[in-house]
Amino acid sequence: MLGNIIRKEFKELFTLSTLLPIVVVALVFGFVGQMVGNVEQRIEERPVIGVVDRDEGELSDIAMSVLAERAEVIYEGGDAGEGLEEVREGNGVALLVIPETFTENIYANSPGEIEVYWIMRGAGMLDSISSGTLEVLMQSVNQEISGELMEQDNPLDPALVLDPTTRSETTFFKGKEIKGLSPGQLSGMLISQSVVMPVVVMMLIIMAGVAVISSMGLEKENKTLETLLTLPVRRSHIVIGKIVGSALVGMIMAAIYMIGFSYYMGSFQISNTSPTDFGLALGMQDYLLVGISLFVALLAGLSLCIVLGTFAKNYRSAQTLIFPITALAMISAFVIMFKDFDTIPVVLKALLFAIPFSHPMMAVRALMLDNYWLVVGGIVYAAVFTTVMIGVAVRIFNSDRLLTGRAQKIAGRGRPLWGFRR
Amino acid sequence: MKAVEVRELVKDYGRFRAIDGISFEVNEGEIFGLIGPNGAGKTTALRVVATLLQITSGSVSVFGYQLPQEAAEVRKIISYLPEEAGAYKNLTGREYLNFIAKFFGEGEEFQNMVRRGFEISDLGDRIDDKVDTYSKGMARRLLVGRALMVNPRLAILDEPTSGLDVVNAQEVRKIIDNSVAGGVAVLLSSHNMLEVELLCHRIALINDGRIIAGGTAAELKREYDARNIEEAFVRAIQ
Repeated sequence: MLGNIIRKEFKELFTLSTLLPIVVVALVFGFVGQMVGNVEQRIEERPVIGVVDRDEGELSDIAMSVLAERAEVIYEGGDAGEGLEEVREGNGVALLVIPETFTENIYANSPGEIEVYWIMRGAGMLDSISSGTLEVLMQSVNQEISGELMEQDNPLDPALVLDPTTRSETTFFKGKEIKGLSPGQLSGMLISQSVVMPVVVMMLIIMAGVAVISSMGLEKENKTLETLLTLPVRRSHIVIGKIVGSALVGMIMAAIYMIGFSYYMGSFQISNTSPTDFGLALGMQDYLLVGISLFVALLAGLSLCIVLGTFAKNYRSAQTLIFPITALAMISAFVIMFKDFDTIPVVLKALLFAIPFSHPMMAVRALMLDNYWLVVGGIVYAAVFTTVMIGVAVRIFNSDRLLTGRAQKIAGRGRPLWGFRR
Repeated sequence: MKAVEVRELVKDYGRFRAIDGISFEVNEGEIFGLIGPNGAGKTTALRVVATLLQITSGSVSVFGYQLPQEAAEVRKIISYLPEEAGAYKNLTGREYLNFIAKFFGEGEEFQNMVRRGFEISDLGDRIDDKVDTYSKGMARRLLVGRALMVNPRLAILDEPTSGLDVVNAQEVRKIIDNSVAGGVAVLLSSHNMLEVELLCHRIALINDGRIIAGGTAAELKREYDARNIEEAFVRAIQ
């Protein structure tokens, strides 16, 4: 008797709709985990750098030996321009320039400055790992020189002995020269673009997507669909009405969610500096493009949802159908949070571009760096995607598909019946 | 002009033939009943006329408009009540009538439609309650009101008294009868033979996707030497 009850409960609960979310979440975590695995490998790798030693003094020699031992030095010469080019071509992290007065300054009780010219390739959370490794290495340089100074009997300021070097930093990022910031600081400053935008768009797509797919499921469950389809209104108006209505509901829900989330993210803001201070501000035209990108991406996502929603038999099955959308939104958001579009493999790039709602997630960062092609291309793609999906949805609304459902067989009669009442 | 003309209509679902070459006509101001057992093809026939399903072969016209080419025009003059129809549960009865009436008229015409829907459904103060709180009979009356308030030239009613008790069913039959007096043509389906005999001017007996007999109730009873339509139907399929 108990076994019978357990079997019944198991069959009721262990369905595709309960299993699918877990599988999707597991896949997303697996995907992210694989990326994190690559990060470990990159942390262990020696940073690729170029060095220009104009000092050739006692203390710069110490710095050079530390760097040669713990980094892969692909350029060592006297021309900073040439060195920078080699580092760029060699997929390196930075060019370090030790000025002529480095040793002299330290012995004169002034910090020895090392000029660091960073080559930054992406603004994702994982893109600054190599530069982070080099920053650790430069602390080692500082410690080695400090150790040498301690062994000497010099009347130097103890504070200088403990911390004898400083850095002047310039970051080259996608054609922009940003003075005074390392890639780590720049990534920290752009964290709102790296995290907040993907999360906002992800939540917006999921919330609005749930609304539109549920609406289709409810129309069938409440038996209102047949009446709706016989009213004197165009099928395209029914489709667009559902999309726009759901978009409004989704936006309200996402806005409520984001109020809480923005406070949460505020605690992670690393830098007090603003992108505007470094020439990375957005103009009115940029904000307009972000708005358009978000709007067309939302329409694209919802038009895909309404096509999926036509497969919903009731409210419960509609909840299952949202998971492909959730998975695509989560994959886009996670990839964009951790990596820059320019630093991911081509296959992943194609996948990301093909997911229409990934474009507004990337738009702000792309516009800050004047990458208009990516944003405008994304808008055009999402608009075409939306048009095609609305066309498909209207076609389905004009067919028998909505009412007849999928093919099934009449038990014992051996001939197919399309899930309908005769 | 005929309200409905169906000629050699065939409807297939994949390899399954749901309707197998039926023909019938509905005149203006007439109640025409398709009767038959569950699965006979009644609902499919009504759905085709209501522009919901595509035609496999044959022809269907409603007041001269051909389907599927002129489906948009047909939707302006018909009103369809499915057997298992529902209303939007978060709306009140009045809001639901308003929602539907907005598709059919504006201004005074709109107001008149809603007033008529309110009268037909006869829900009293409950018209301002959420549909979710209605009993099955109340919900059905609201839906009948919705279907007839828009002054359709053709009302397509699938099992209009389905699930109603005797009193409510009689009320709905009266409403349908009164509508015809106003000039509406009605195409209805039912497996309740008594109801059809009481309500319909002409009847088609449908079984296994085919019309096996047709005429007035009196003609059918005479033809099959039966005391009622139920008996006539049984004899017709034997």
